[in-house]
Amino acid sequence: MLRFFLKRVVLTLPTFFALMFVTFLMIRLVPGDPVEVRLGERGISPERHAELLREMGLDRPVWQQFADYVWGLFHGDFGVSIITKTPVVREFLTLFPATLELTLCAMIFAITLGIPAGVIAATRRGGIYDQTLMGLALTGYSMPIFWWGLLLILVMSNTLHLTPVSGRIDLIKYYFEPVTGFMLIDSLLSGQKGAFLDAVRHLILPTIVLGTVPLATVARMTRSAMLEVLGEDYVRTARAKGLTWRRIIGLHALRNALIPVVTVIGLQIGTLLAGAVLTETIFSWPGVGKWLVESIARRDYPALQGGIMLISSIVILCNVIVDVLYGLINPRIRHAH
Amino acid sequence: MKRFGMFASALLLGTMLAGAAQAKTLVYCSEGSPENFTPAMNTTGTSFDAARPLYNQLVEFERGSTNVVPSLAESWDVSPDGMTITFKLRPGVKFHSGVNGFTPTRDFNADDVIWSFDRQWKPDHPYAKVSGGAYDYFNDMGMPDLLKSIEKIDDLTVKMTLNEPNAPIIANLAMDFATIASAEYADFLMKKGTPEQFDQIPVGTGPFQFVAYQKDAVIRFKAFDDYWGGKAKIDDLVYAITPDNTARYAKLKAGECHVMGYPNPADLEAMGKDEAINLLQQAGLNIGYLAMNAQKPPFDKKEVRQAINMAIDRDSILKEVYQGAGQKAKNLIPPTIWSYNDAVTDYEYNPEKAKEMLKAAGVENLQSDLWWMPVQRPYNPNAKRMAEMMQADLAKVGINAELKSFEWGEYRKRLQAGEHQMGLLGWTGDNGDPDNFFFLRGCDAQGTPASQNITKWCNKDFNDMLFQARKLSETADRTKIYEQMQVLQKEEAPDVTIAHSTVFEPIRKEVIDYKISPFGRHEFYGVDIQE
Repeated sequence: MLRFFLKRVVLTLPTFFALMFVTFLMIRLVPGDPVEVRLGERGISPERHAELLREMGLDRPVWQQFADYVWGLFHGDFGVSIITKTPVVREFLTLFPATLELTLCAMIFAITLGIPAGVIAATRRGGIYDQTLMGLALTGYSMPIFWWGLLLILVMSNTLHLTPVSGRIDLIKYYFEPVTGFMLIDSLLSGQKGAFLDAVRHLILPTIVLGTVPLATVARMTRSAMLEVLGEDYVRTARAKGLTWRRIIGLHALRNALIPVVTVIGLQIGTLLAGAVLTETIFSWPGVGKWLVESIARRDYPALQGGIMLISSIVILCNVIVDVLYGLINPRIRHAH
Repeated sequence: MKRFGMFASALLLGTMLAGAAQAKTLVYCSEGSPENFTPAMNTTGTSFDAARPLYNQLVEFERGSTNVVPSLAESWDVSPDGMTITFKLRPGVKFHSGVNGFTPTRDFNADDVIWSFDRQWKPDHPYAKVSGGAYDYFNDMGMPDLLKSIEKIDDLTVKMTLNEPNAPIIANLAMDFATIASAEYADFLMKKGTPEQFDQIPVGTGPFQFVAYQKDAVIRFKAFDDYWGGKAKIDDLVYAITPDNTARYAKLKAGECHVMGYPNPADLEAMGKDEAINLLQQAGLNIGYLAMNAQKPPFDKKEVRQAINMAIDRDSILKEVYQGAGQKAKNLIPPTIWSYNDAVTDYEYNPEKAKEMLKAAGVENLQSDLWWMPVQRPYNPNAKRMAEMMQADLAKVGINAELKSFEWGEYRKRLQAGEHQMGLLGWTGDNGDPDNFFFLRGCDAQGTPASQNITKWCNKDFNDMLFQARKLSETADRTKIYEQMQVLQKEEAPDVTIAHSTVFEPIRKEVIDYKISPFGRHEFYGVDIQE
């Protein structure tokens, strides 16, 4: 088992190197530099431009900058933002809890609704439930996040007044310093009456928006996995033994069907973090997605490089964990390696 | 331990807030996070807006206008030769207390003024390099060339000596970069070994004091009880950072914020009809223009430039490109700036006459380029569409214009180098002084166009007047000169002045006394909320 784990970890190393290289290079291929993008009509004299680039350390040869960057990474140094002059890791850690909170909620939303929906659809294959659920899943899967978010705000917040429009907490009623960065926990710690419920209310729409695509994916995956399992001999045997339908589904079928679903859920982490970029923008959610987009606009090379490396590491780590879990659940995978 | 401390203070603050449940809170939906809280180092409106409640300058722009009025300086005297300006500072001005463990021991005085300018000016200043130390505006406004010295005469008197007479410098001093900070707070942090906090946890003399900032989420201020101008009418000021303009509007509608900046043009119609919202509007302090390169024939001929002025149908451009959110520009300066000359006669759209004039000037089948910038600017929402419409207009008078564009940085550089024949650009005013616009058509004493002058048009009379006006300190005298310059510029037609875009700002009906700023600023001192 340990060997399998180590092998998986070693396999991620090329991905890391490729990432380091790509993040470094891509942003430099975008025209303009951090000085130029700040300028308006006035422009800048070439001397002053060179001076500012020198102060940012961007006047040195690109290979040298790359070497410094790699050297820094190996020493756990992700650099300092050239715009805010704050260490990238510190900025990341301030913002990441918000993203994580939202992502986890979206994940829970997708799993708790997606798996039952998939099971219902599979057990009533071809029926009205199946067709409705899978129709909805296909719609959800193809939903443009931006449009979906704005539509929900318009209907739920502006018309029905059921949820707040955006943000993480009512800024007029509640004020407390962040302790953990997770609003659900911080609002409880603050001891302010109603703060927790308000934080929950603020989470509803972004969770739905971000969770829609994974929900659809999980539902569709559960359905097809269930259908496959329901056709297996052991399910027929179980029925022949006279077990209740509930017991067959819950104990025999679902447990086996969940194996591929777990993998899909693991892979959804990447999708979720990518979706978070848009969701955070629509809902003014102070997470890392929005920060990265802004860093591109500002050509904040260190923030972008460091931020992408940190997020990718998390995604890669999650995938390794899922792989290992999968190996644990399914010995065939483990031994095949 | 630190965590516990934060938790405890949060609890305490929470209790305090609960006690003051009736506090008036104004929420402004802002569009982004500031880079830091030191305006001297910033260049974006977002960052300036975030620092503005906290600080004052020696002089300031009257809210909602471009007029310069006293602030930390009660009065100032310009010497007869225009070379020195003596500022009388306001006595008894307090700095914010209790922010970041700092308690000021003295009132604002001349040391703070010297400290604030020296930081941007003198490379050996202890704070010169803190937080990166790029002082763009100080340099861009030409301060290092203008200033000879700034001296403290006594605690409440500061003398500024210039290298040459320059009347517009007073307007420069009302700009955000000229903010006065606390020298004592700077020393306090330097001794603590955390000078960079100076730019993150700000202390100023302004109407609001800093409470907290959470990146991409919120900035909190509270009214400063001891503000020299009297305590603000609102108790708490909250900037809810909301980057998407559609989401900002949704929040405004839901009452989650009271004021929002930068509305989506597509929402303006709905905002105008919304009963809970007042849609304020004003001509922006900007100009969008088409520059013709007077150093490249046939644009060196005045008649050709005039003909092009007549060939372009600006009314259609206003309708289609600005969608009504702009007004036709007759002069380079917008009508909100003093010395605007309304008597100037504009060119009529007349393609027939334009054709005749071109023929008379010996220009036939002219091939030219026409540059458009690849980005949306405050004065030009869609340069590409504008260029296409101009191309069609020019074709009607026999000019074949080829559209051209580059990446924004490159675009500006090449225009400044004069590579174009015709090119679109514009300007957003910094300080509301006419000079801040007319320098765009200025040249140096040898007749070389300034880099900003992308028309590359150098007219001795125009240039002499430009320099002469800088030397006069009386606004009335300067006005006369600028009025003449506008007449001359229209006659010489180095450019086609297209439009001043309109700035819109939706606020909720319960907001009282909010004034839209020609500079596009968002200011909350003096604003109240109806309960």
